[in-house]
Amino acid sequence: MEYNKIEHLINKAENDNVKISELVIDAEIEKTELERELIINKMSENLKVMKESIKEGLNSNLKSASGLTGGEAVKLRDSNNFIGGELLQNVITKALAVSGVNACMGKVVAGPTAGASGIVPALLLSIAEKYNIEDGKVINALFTAGGLGEVVAKKATLAGAAGGCQAECGVGSAMAAGAAVELLGGTPKQVGDAFALALKNLLGLVCDPVAGLVEVPCVKRNGFAASHALTAVNMAMSNIASVIPPDEVIEAMMEVGDLMSVSLKETSEGGLATTETGKKIAEDLKDF
Amino acid sequence: MSVFNVLGPIMIGPSSSHTAGAVKVGYLAKTIFKDKIIKADIHLHGSFARTFKGHGTDRALVGGLLGFKPDDERIKDALNIAAERGIEIDFHLSELKNVHPNTAKLDLYSENKEMTIIGSSVGGSQIKIIKINDYEVDFTGEMPTLWVLHKDEPGEIGIITSILGSYKLNIARMIVFRNRKGEVGSAIIELDHKVNDYVISHLDNMEDIYQVRYIEPF
Repeated sequence: MEYNKIEHLINKAENDNVKISELVIDAEIEKTELERELIINKMSENLKVMKESIKEGLNSNLKSASGLTGGEAVKLRDSNNFIGGELLQNVITKALAVSGVNACMGKVVAGPTAGASGIVPALLLSIAEKYNIEDGKVINALFTAGGLGEVVAKKATLAGAAGGCQAECGVGSAMAAGAAVELLGGTPKQVGDAFALALKNLLGLVCDPVAGLVEVPCVKRNGFAASHALTAVNMAMSNIASVIPPDEVIEAMMEVGDLMSVSLKETSEGGLATTETGKKIAEDLKDF
Repeated sequence: MSVFNVLGPIMIGPSSSHTAGAVKVGYLAKTIFKDKIIKADIHLHGSFARTFKGHGTDRALVGGLLGFKPDDERIKDALNIAAERGIEIDFHLSELKNVHPNTAKLDLYSENKEMTIIGSSVGGSQIKIIKINDYEVDFTGEMPTLWVLHKDEPGEIGIITSILGSYKLNIARMIVFRNRKGEVGSAIIELDHKVNDYVISHLDNMEDIYQVRYIEPF
């Protein structure tokens, strides 16, 4: 089944009484003409790399080449002053770990982009750890995350240069939230609500990286976007619905992206990049 | 569109466009050139020129030229590895005309051959090769792709497509180009299925086909 809307996925899943991940896997089989097993193995390879990147990110010696970022994940993991509970601490730690590895030229799974690669693994793997959920189910949830993101790619954009950071970390947060709801046994409708809630609340997020690097604010933003996704999961699982349906939120995101000034879309010509400190950093790194 | 375009690729960070895309440009350039590279002049344009070090675009392009794919952990050390292998690499900041902001021009040299390839990273880790020497081309390397140089005369394209058809290879997209009538024609042919060595040597052995290069997707 070809899906161009989140609504298609939700309706078909509810009618056929299957999970959204099942529809995404079927569609992938149809498109690629590959065996189901090969497709599952490919996603399982993604999961393996996600786990490795979390582990690598908790290596205390990590420092980016520019020196702007490194070690955030370890600090948060080892914090004695963390409030908000173990799950939240774990989610933020893992997100910082993966995005830290990305900034240091380590290996990650782009999702939906390299700059937003920490969000989906952080949320899904923290939940899986807490509730002892087996890898097979996490792999399925990754298909749900990917399927939701695919609709955004078809209908709008996943590029910071076209839609700002709402299209990268915003969509990453929404993908993670929807997938986590499925992992926790939520209904397809709740998956859509979690997706819509997360994305709605990151609309307008600009892409203004300091010195053009995927470091400031990107690394820490992965931690924020992952904890943001957790809030969306909790709302959706409490049957709080999104008033604006997911597909309309995607349309709104594209509209906001189009209205956004080019200076705030990955050009480093505005926002944090052109603050006094941002400019100084760029100047200092000019010959680097 | 595949779900793995959204959750993937597995890649060395930090940037889909400036790192993974750059590796792909280098890798495709190496595949097209085919000879053993002894020297490369790498011209960086636009955003590639402004932020190449922080994104590892330099190491990514060289890694691709060394045959590394976007998930190869050796990318980080690509400059050293190239030096160890005796490949001379020089970077230049250049202004190229009418190209995407993320573009690199690669001048590649072997013992007795040289070639210029221009590629752009156009969003996510998607890329496009836009020029090979004086030939305008346009392909992404995401599908099995043939680049064929042939005599520019009536029926030549028909011969090439008939040969492919006889092996049950379906053409998805084809672009033909020539600089001057009656001289050398360039054909980019994207196919639905992978091409084996036998088909390539069949094409290569045709009298009016001068060169065949095959790029397999990864």
